[in-house]
Amino acid sequence: MEIVLTINGKKTRAEAGTSETLLDLLRRLGYKSVKYGCGEGFCGACTVIMDGRPVNSCLVPAVTAGGREVITVEHLGTPQKPHPLQEAFVEAGAVQCGFCTPGMILSAKALLDKKSNPSEEEIREALDGNLCRCTGYVQIVEAVQLAAKRMKEKKRKREKKIK
Amino acid sequence: MNNKQKFSEVGRSVRKVDAMGLATGRAKFTDDYEMPGMLHAKLLRSPHAHARIRSIRTAKARALPGVAAVLTYKDVPRVPFTTAGQGYPEPSPYDDFILDDKVRFVGDKVALVAAETDEIAGEALKLIEVEYEELPAVLDPRKAMRSSAPVIHDEKECYIAIPVPYEPERNRAARVEAVVGNVEKGVMEAEVAVEDEFENQTASHSALEPHCALSWLDENDRLNIISSTQVPYHARRIVSRALQIPVKRIRVIKPRLGGGFGGKQEVLLEPYVGILTLKTGRPVKMRLTRKEVFTSARVRHNMITKVQVAARKDGELTAIDLYALSNTGAYGTHGLTVASNVGTRTLTMFRCPNMRFSSDVVYTNLSVSGAYRGYGGTQGILATAITMDDLAERLGMDPVDFYLKNIIGGGAEVPILKELGEGPVLGQPRVSSCELAACIKAGMEAIGWKKKRGRPGGGRFRRGIGMSVMMQGSSIPYIDMGSAFIKMNDDGSFNLLMGATDIGQGSDTVLAQMAAEVLTVKTDDIIVYSSDTDLTPFDVGAYASSTTYLSGAAVKQTAEKVREQILHVGAALLNTTPGKVHLSGGCVIGPGGKSVTLKEVGTSSLYEKDQFQISASASSISHESPPPFAAHFVEVEVDRATGKVRVLEYVQAVDCGTPINPVLARGQAIGALINGISYALVEQYIYNSKGAMLNPGYGYYKIFCTKDIPKITTIFVPSYEPTGPFGAKSVGEVCISGPLPAISNAIYDAVDVRLHRTPFTPDKVLEAIHARRRG
Repeated sequence: MEIVLTINGKKTRAEAGTSETLLDLLRRLGYKSVKYGCGEGFCGACTVIMDGRPVNSCLVPAVTAGGREVITVEHLGTPQKPHPLQEAFVEAGAVQCGFCTPGMILSAKALLDKKSNPSEEEIREALDGNLCRCTGYVQIVEAVQLAAKRMKEKKRKREKKIK
Repeated sequence: MNNKQKFSEVGRSVRKVDAMGLATGRAKFTDDYEMPGMLHAKLLRSPHAHARIRSIRTAKARALPGVAAVLTYKDVPRVPFTTAGQGYPEPSPYDDFILDDKVRFVGDKVALVAAETDEIAGEALKLIEVEYEELPAVLDPRKAMRSSAPVIHDEKECYIAIPVPYEPERNRAARVEAVVGNVEKGVMEAEVAVEDEFENQTASHSALEPHCALSWLDENDRLNIISSTQVPYHARRIVSRALQIPVKRIRVIKPRLGGGFGGKQEVLLEPYVGILTLKTGRPVKMRLTRKEVFTSARVRHNMITKVQVAARKDGELTAIDLYALSNTGAYGTHGLTVASNVGTRTLTMFRCPNMRFSSDVVYTNLSVSGAYRGYGGTQGILATAITMDDLAERLGMDPVDFYLKNIIGGGAEVPILKELGEGPVLGQPRVSSCELAACIKAGMEAIGWKKKRGRPGGGRFRRGIGMSVMMQGSSIPYIDMGSAFIKMNDDGSFNLLMGATDIGQGSDTVLAQMAAEVLTVKTDDIIVYSSDTDLTPFDVGAYASSTTYLSGAAVKQTAEKVREQILHVGAALLNTTPGKVHLSGGCVIGPGGKSVTLKEVGTSSLYEKDQFQISASASSISHESPPPFAAHFVEVEVDRATGKVRVLEYVQAVDCGTPINPVLARGQAIGALINGISYALVEQYIYNSKGAMLNPGYGYYKIFCTKDIPKITTIFVPSYEPTGPFGAKSVGEVCISGPLPAISNAIYDAVDVRLHRTPFTPDKVLEAIHARRRG
């Protein structure tokens, strides 16, 4: 059936198969940063942000995505103008093979959108559904802390300017 | 430390060259490539552990609209090959076929389908009618060599291409035996001896990217394959053998790769997409499901290890006797070499006059074992490090003191390597750099060993502390080869082309750093392209902890050759002779400080005078396999009521020579460590009585998540490997092997029970505590 959804700010009309997942639909539409890792909602490689919340797109039937707003990592930044999370992941050594990275960054973004100053425990909780076999997670948690710190500083500077 | 020089790009944590592309979702993995008219392939998998296919009917599947091909063993070449991506001739038996009329484990391949969509391919699998004759199965490695056991490889074609024992008629895929001195005499001379037996479990590599391959025929009718492989060149050669087409007709390309850990050192999909492309003329993609990765890809060798260690009263080791019964599963891939590494990675570390290692590698009708980070070292260190902890206690010694008394130091001769090496050993094998003692001292200091040891406390939760030492190698001497090609551009940048295979560990980056160091430029002046059998020179691939050491040496030599050419051109531009100029800071500097930039050199060489392409290629083989070392220290808390073990703190001190990129080296050390802790505590294959894996998914096969991570400290002790590029040796594998014994030893310190079977799940810990109470 035909659905209309917003992907990365762009209104998109798509034909969704009855048994198709949002993961498959997004990949079919060219959003290849959304990865298949397990297809059962356990690994988080297919994480996207849907209406502000991180979801496993492999568990979302595509037909139910109509009218919703979906964000993939392609939307966050570009190599020339990366999002502070992308910058921090690169700098802190949080990217090894990079297969889990898009999902990891989106889970972190959903957290930071809600909470600009999360504790280490809150970061671990927020990323717990995203598996990574390369890094051992330590540098990923460090990257989120680094990004949070920078985003807060940036915000403070911006607010100072406005005052 | 003597040869340590000041480096500018080496030793710096430059940004991983591919990281931003990955973090922004631009980088492409195999599954992200598509071709017009591409078919999707799937394999029908065996429901039986051991069975003969009596009949197989494909007419209904073929008739399904959208199905392009259905292949069975009748439609493919019957050529025995190994999926092991190793040097040629492979030390693994040729005991596998693309498809066969026999299946040897639950999940083995039965038939192959290509269809317009993944769904249609899945539907077609259901329409294939197979009649099996079930055969008795071997599901316990201990029973594999009994005369009553069914023979798993009774086909007449299987053989091994190198002169080593291979007895498929006894289900024995390999045998290893190596002796130094006289073990019986050593035991006689000892005052204290300990014997023990251990078993480690089967486990999945769990790279987040499932195996994937895509093939197509180009305009010249050549078979192109994009693959998630650790071994592009071996893949090309093995596809050539399996499909019986010449190497020159095949191109293998590795794009970004989502983790390997040894699991992609196997040629699992390339022959299948390849044959479908040859049969249909169309592009074909195949991607394993996660379930298939668990059931049908490769696993860590389950082994039963027996060990005896003996020492004099003063703690001096007099004998080590180690035996491993290795379960290779249904095919013998990496059977011999993983087994021999059980010995190499343990016995090398000790100054002991009498040592023996022996192993039987047996076929079973279970998951196929293969290369897995640690590669035998993990299994060997489990056995020796727990037994030595026990021995130290019986001697009344602190294990730290016991190790410091018995481990080797830099420059040590290692006679056992002569017996156990994979390649020829010329002269007396030795270990050049070894800072293991420094690792032990740094680690015990950092965790507070003396303060914490032997103080479990009272009540339900007891604390304990344990340690282990470990080592790996760096490449396979005289067998592995890496090579590189560098050309210079008009703006003073360079293209570095190499076969070395970046599987996420960051080899593109550290090798670019090495080239930049020699050419005195920044790492981002080096444009890296790797792992394309048409365009990049040969490299064995990413395994045996070889890339930094071996491919690094090739890159360094290549860059040095290019530097010579630059100096020639630079000298001409400065009207002097090459002997009077040198390269520094991206400039050729001549007498009186006169200089030309690399841009001027590059532009001149291509456009102005006596034009030629500044370029060079070099190859490297290793003559040694310098071991990186590590010492691990762990503090655990054991819940005596539930048996749950919690890791409170982990300290690892690592000797990897010069860390070329400290942030990436730390990532390797921590990544391996967490994989090792996860393996020690939670990961396991659960089989039913028919040999089927019951938990092929992350819901029931747990791997560590962010919340499971303890406090970790990683220390790199100062070290310099004289035979390595810029003093480097490997760091990718070594740290995975410590957690099994270190945690077991810590559990012993906490609750006085020794665990011999892994993983250390609450049921096993509780059972051991209860057994001890019962006396």
